[in-house]
Amino acid sequence: MAQTALKYVLLILAAVSFIYPFIWMVSASLSSESGLSSLTLLPVGFTWSNYVTVFTKIPLDRAFLNSSFVAILTTGLVLISGAMVGYALAKLDFVGRDWIFYLIIFTMTLPFQITLIPNYITMVRLGWVDTYLALIVPFALSSLSILLFRQAFQSLPQALIDAARLDGANEMRIIFQILIPNILPTVLTITILTFMGLWNEALWPLIVIRDESRMTMPQLVTLFSVGGRAEGQLGVKIAAAVMLAIPIVILYLFFQKHFIRSMASSGLKD
Amino acid sequence: MKKWTPYLLVSPYILHFAVFVAFPVVFSVVLTFHSWNIISPMQYIGLANYEHLFKDRLFWQAVWNTVRFLLVHIPLQIFVALILAELLNRTVRGASFFRAAFFLPVIVSGVVVTILWQQLLSYNSGILNRLLTAMSVPRVAWLDDPAVAMYSIAVMATWKNVGLYVILFLVGLQSVPMQYYEAADLEGATNWQKFRFITLPMINPTIFTVVVLSTISGFSLFVEPYIMTQGGPMNTTLSAVMYIYRQAFQFYHMGYSATLGFCFALIILFVVVIQRRYVEQEV
Repeated sequence: MAQTALKYVLLILAAVSFIYPFIWMVSASLSSESGLSSLTLLPVGFTWSNYVTVFTKIPLDRAFLNSSFVAILTTGLVLISGAMVGYALAKLDFVGRDWIFYLIIFTMTLPFQITLIPNYITMVRLGWVDTYLALIVPFALSSLSILLFRQAFQSLPQALIDAARLDGANEMRIIFQILIPNILPTVLTITILTFMGLWNEALWPLIVIRDESRMTMPQLVTLFSVGGRAEGQLGVKIAAAVMLAIPIVILYLFFQKHFIRSMASSGLKD
Repeated sequence: MKKWTPYLLVSPYILHFAVFVAFPVVFSVVLTFHSWNIISPMQYIGLANYEHLFKDRLFWQAVWNTVRFLLVHIPLQIFVALILAELLNRTVRGASFFRAAFFLPVIVSGVVVTILWQQLLSYNSGILNRLLTAMSVPRVAWLDDPAVAMYSIAVMATWKNVGLYVILFLVGLQSVPMQYYEAADLEGATNWQKFRFITLPMINPTIFTVVVLSTISGFSLFVEPYIMTQGGPMNTTLSAVMYIYRQAFQFYHMGYSATLGFCFALIILFVVVIQRRYVEQEV
């Protein structure tokens, strides 16, 4: 009995330590600067002024649209390219297939630190600096997505494909109209992992985007936070951070279980 | 199906691999032998970049900072994640609520978490120091003390990531057959013995995964120190990626920056291989 009680006390303490800081953040962003160091759950001296300041100083609305555009389009491309390659690796027989598979595994273990600078130079050479292309194309294909698709396609019966071929369907129709509806959980997993990664990515945009009107949210908030424009006002920085967190937290509230399952499956991959 | 159809289907990968993996890897090796500010033509300088790197105190400091980060982050991560997973294991009421709560920091951007913790760790108005003051313990300069700052960031990173590792450990714990514990109970084993001789060996693969994943994420550390401390105080939180970034985009030393990236990647691969050897033998 005492043990069970202790268990719950510890669990509740832990849960509070993970949730409370976020609640504090929202209430601090709605507090006047003097109320910032208080520990309360409700704003002290309620005011919207931090948000007003953020939006007058940086184009956060534009950054939100940029982030959404880039994350949604890129996720779509990752799904399409991943399904195509994953299907070929899982269900088709061709010379060099195993070779490509090992190449993908190798790519996944390669530290990004080695390709960071050369990839930036590629962007400069292609004239993609300060364009959406620099944010989209390098991320339009993901090795993890290919491997997850491959695994899912392998679990589907060959008869499904043979029947479709008899009906005269081409490979693209087989993949996207016949097989994909059978592996929606995998599609959801890849969508969540990719979207989340893109939405939160700060380093690459910092490297390839200088023009404020092309910046993504994490990049803009990072620069705002380290630059002088927040003028040391913590409340304003926190308001910017809340705006950055809200979209993904809302998605998380809707797809909680899927988020957890997706992340766990990606972690267990290696 | 035409004969070339499979190749058409895998062509996006081949193209992407050629442009964003194979070419940059080869080009990064070429760059390490050159001095280049990206505007004027590349200049061949032989091994000068490597010589510079071996004498570059700041690079080795950045590597050492990352190692110090990992030495605190990894054991703490495993310890906290294992405790929370143990607490959650064996059907607790509200388990899904607790899991969801622990997972919340995992899904938000490191940028958000860092701005939040900047306030929590602030010397004058931070919540942590206010709690210490309330308990009449002297305040700590979490981010301004060179001996402490990196460990503060390591604790913050643990808070951010631990939810994911709780889930991984839960999966691992649930795969241990109950019969093992029942048999141990018959033998009169203590809880510690059961943990040490049944649970730990059974979840060894998960521990390995956690070690490797947190090593890789630790070596990628960038945005946290960039926002929190800009590498200070006295470069004690300068991470390797930050240093690569600085060399490339503050000083436009593309050749040297590529050399840093190349050598740092080799260090990462070396560490991961060592971990594989060591952790797989353990327990």
